[in-house]
Amino acid sequence: MGAEVIPARVKIGQRRRFPLEAMQAYLFVLPAVVIIGIFKVFPAIAAFYMSLFKWDVIQGAFRGFGNYTDWLYDNSLRSPDFWRSLSTTFTYVILTVPLEIAFSLVIAYLLFQKIRGRGIYRTAYYLPYVTSFVAAAVVFNWLFHPQYGLVNALLGVVGIGPQRWLDEPSGFFQIVASAFGIALPEWAAGPSMALVVVSIVTVWHYLGYQVVIFLAGLSNISNEYYEAARLDGASERQIFTKITLPLLSPTTFFVFTIATIGALRSFDTVFILTGGGPLDTTRTVTLLIFKTALQQAQFGLGAALAFILTLIILLFTLVQFRVLGRRVYYG
Amino acid sequence: MATVARTFPRSTPRPRLRIRGRTIALHAFLIVVALAVAYPFYFMVTSSFKDLLEATKNPPDVFPAQLHPENYIEAWNRAPWGRYFVNTIFVSIAVTIGELVTASLAGYAFARMRFPAKSVLFIVFLATLMVPSEATIIPNYVLMSPSRNGCLGLPCLGWFDTYQVQIVPFIATAFSIFLMRQFFLSIPSELSDAARMDGAGHLRFLWSVALPLSVPALITAGLVTFLGSWNAFLWPLIVTTKPDFRPVQVGLSAFRQEAGSSYHLLMAASTFVIAPIVLLFLVAQRYLVQGIARTGIRG
Repeated sequence: MGAEVIPARVKIGQRRRFPLEAMQAYLFVLPAVVIIGIFKVFPAIAAFYMSLFKWDVIQGAFRGFGNYTDWLYDNSLRSPDFWRSLSTTFTYVILTVPLEIAFSLVIAYLLFQKIRGRGIYRTAYYLPYVTSFVAAAVVFNWLFHPQYGLVNALLGVVGIGPQRWLDEPSGFFQIVASAFGIALPEWAAGPSMALVVVSIVTVWHYLGYQVVIFLAGLSNISNEYYEAARLDGASERQIFTKITLPLLSPTTFFVFTIATIGALRSFDTVFILTGGGPLDTTRTVTLLIFKTALQQAQFGLGAALAFILTLIILLFTLVQFRVLGRRVYYG
Repeated sequence: MATVARTFPRSTPRPRLRIRGRTIALHAFLIVVALAVAYPFYFMVTSSFKDLLEATKNPPDVFPAQLHPENYIEAWNRAPWGRYFVNTIFVSIAVTIGELVTASLAGYAFARMRFPAKSVLFIVFLATLMVPSEATIIPNYVLMSPSRNGCLGLPCLGWFDTYQVQIVPFIATAFSIFLMRQFFLSIPSELSDAARMDGAGHLRFLWSVALPLSVPALITAGLVTFLGSWNAFLWPLIVTTKPDFRPVQVGLSAFRQEAGSSYHLLMAASTFVIAPIVLLFLVAQRYLVQGIARTGIRG
């Protein structure tokens, strides 16, 4: 008898519980839905809507894709700014991402060996990442100070004259070449010295973060592979190139994607160090959005630019997954 | 036989020597890099204890000739730092608590409850991770503005120069929801079955079983949120104008202009701005590192 009662109770309970559970579940997700809906989903749609209008503080006439064509080719004042900032952004990506990956991979690999003091090293490398960029910029602005900076003092020891670093709009290659008395043509001048310094500080800031990701990836590689390779008499170098690197490729790919997207959308780093100067040579797309929308109060134009950047980021992510993802070895 | 006997004793000490040499080289490399990475901090702290003349000396002294702790008092008195810190602490704690509550509830629902449109909603949440904040910052700015010209068809919130403008938009993120969901999924279903037998509902189970089991995930999500909130810069910069509501990062940025060439004071201010978060990191780095390794969030 008792055995009959229990299944019956459960059945009724289940039938009754379903709508009740659904109602309760909606209550559970409601706060998150409201917040993410109002401040994330709605603004993403609204940004596209705003980009179709002339919108300086208040909504104006419908422009269709006029704001977009202004940036791309139509407006002789806007479009040079856009293409220049886009090229600055991509230069910044090229300057930071490979360095970040190379440094962090080597450091993570070394830290992964069974050595003493791993925790201390990891803490030291990781410290810059938790530090606010504002405080970091205060220090680096001074280390690279044209007059009082330590970097110039160190270079002076090796006989290199003082540089203007973050105040230097001239191309990096041009400066290096002119030290040897070679004059470079303008197209070969390279990124501005200021952008190079911003990139160095960026690498410094994110290094520890990438090291942690690589360490996690390394610990996921089963020890059996290493043991088998050692039994077969593989050298350390062979083990690194034939086992560690291929098996680590999903992690490397992940770090590459995250670092690239991070560089494409970075704002704080550049804004705090240079504000876009000198002579706008460090003005990335995000800084141009800031200037257009918040300093010139051209919301429509700013939203269009933000939307272009979003598209570039999405496109980049897709291409990365398609092209590189295929070559990644998923163990 | 003779060749074996010859090679054997020779080959044993060699790897040992090589390994020792390698270990030393390894440590040397790691120490040099660590010093290079940590040097800016050392420079900042030592400079903050020097007087102006010594602080601008180049190359700098490794250690201040005389300690000037009064720099900290002077820097502290030159700007409303007390106010800035109260603002940042209040905002960071409020955002962290709010986010943990919303993420626990939503994460639990996604992990262990059945309801219509669950997967659609989850995909929408995850998709918001792809949208860069640059795309949403302009509409959000308009939404917060006091103008009566209509804020995108919604009522204008008029939240400039408030606390809620720095708190409310950030108390729910897809990242934390995802993190909590993953953790709740790993709780064995025997536990929830047993709880249901005992007549405990979802809320009861969440509160007395799931959450206590998820303390590591809560700490990780909380730390990532707290760190992001403490270091937030762009958003508070554009939506606050008065020191009454400004956080320390914006305050430090303003102090850079105000302090001008008083570098020793600037270094003292930078030191006390990053000190709390560095201390927190040293105490809790295990969780933060775990969280990053597990989810790959980058601020």
